Amino acid sequence: MVVAVAEDSRGAEQARQWIEQAKPTYWSLIDADHRVADLYGMVNVPQAVWIDEAGRIVRPAETAGSTDHFRRMDLTTRTMTPEDQAARLAARKTYLDAVRDWVLTGKHALAADTARDKQPRITPDIALAHAHFRLGTWLRRHGKDDEAVRHLGEASRLHPDSWNMWRQAADLAAVGNAGGPEFWARVKALGDRPYYPPPDLPGFGR
Amino acid sequence: MVTILSEVEEHAVSAVDGLWLTAGDAERVTGWTLKPEGMCRDDACVPLPSDMTRDGQVDVAAFWQRLGNPVLHDDTRQTWMLGIGADARNDALADLQAPDFTLPDLDGAPHTLSALRGRKVFLTTWASW
Repeated sequence: MVVAVAEDSRGAEQARQWIEQAKPTYWSLIDADHRVADLYGMVNVPQAVWIDEAGRIVRPAETAGSTDHFRRMDLTTRTMTPEDQAARLAARKTYLDAVRDWVLTGKHALAADTARDKQPRITPDIALAHAHFRLGTWLRRHGKDDEAVRHLGEASRLHPDSWNMWRQAADLAAVGNAGGPEFWARVKALGDRPYYPPPDLPGFGR
Repeated sequence: MVTILSEVEEHAVSAVDGLWLTAGDAERVTGWTLKPEGMCRDDACVPLPSDMTRDGQVDVAAFWQRLGNPVLHDDTRQTWMLGIGADARNDALADLQAPDFTLPDLDGAPHTLSALRGRKVFLTTWASW
């Protein structure tokens, strides 16, 4: 079963057009408070967790099929080279094939100790960041924009690795901001660090 | 009246001097019950320092922080956020049991992860931004 969760603090209306286009037969849920990111230690989208029949996590949060090829795109034309486009699609296929293998055969499920080691480590700052984020989105929904911005900003400052927090805060300031010049400057500042860390699966060159 | 945001709920309660609540409201908001031995939930009790309780009331902000959880409030102290601390999150992640949640779909109908027990779940996230 697929459970697709929209980390969208603007709520269902912002996510609606995408969900209606996808015509999902699976659960497609709206997570205005980013509760799933909080519970599972996620920092970006798309990230996925694999959960077995007993409700146990067999693969902690990791990048779900996206790659860093977009960082090399031509920003004036917003296009990638054919090679990068092909590599990007191939990576997505490799990931989805791995998901299918797991569903059919159990392959790629991690042993408990390995899964535990790969769980994200939540620091006190990260926990506090999620509290600021939730209070910020609540204040924003209740018309206290200026105060909301302070809490969303504090959340992002406390948890700088969370693209979810940074981009959502930017988007709440104005739709489109999340992919604007500040986003690209922030991506560039990563240097050699990945935006989408590749999953620890065969075919991802780790 | 103040608004208290807990992990998944929103409560409107009477509070004085910050977040002093009646023991009944404290229980409703936090799930912990005031008893002679302290604040108790299930079989566990946490001793409550004398300056965190008086006249059947509990300083919920101080108690919540004593549990290792973050407490925030807005500028007017009318809205409070009782967060979840890092230790609780890490303990849950180390347990490997998938943390449960209930979220609405586009029509507002609630769906609970644990209802899918018995099936493999590919839990994935996306966003419109």
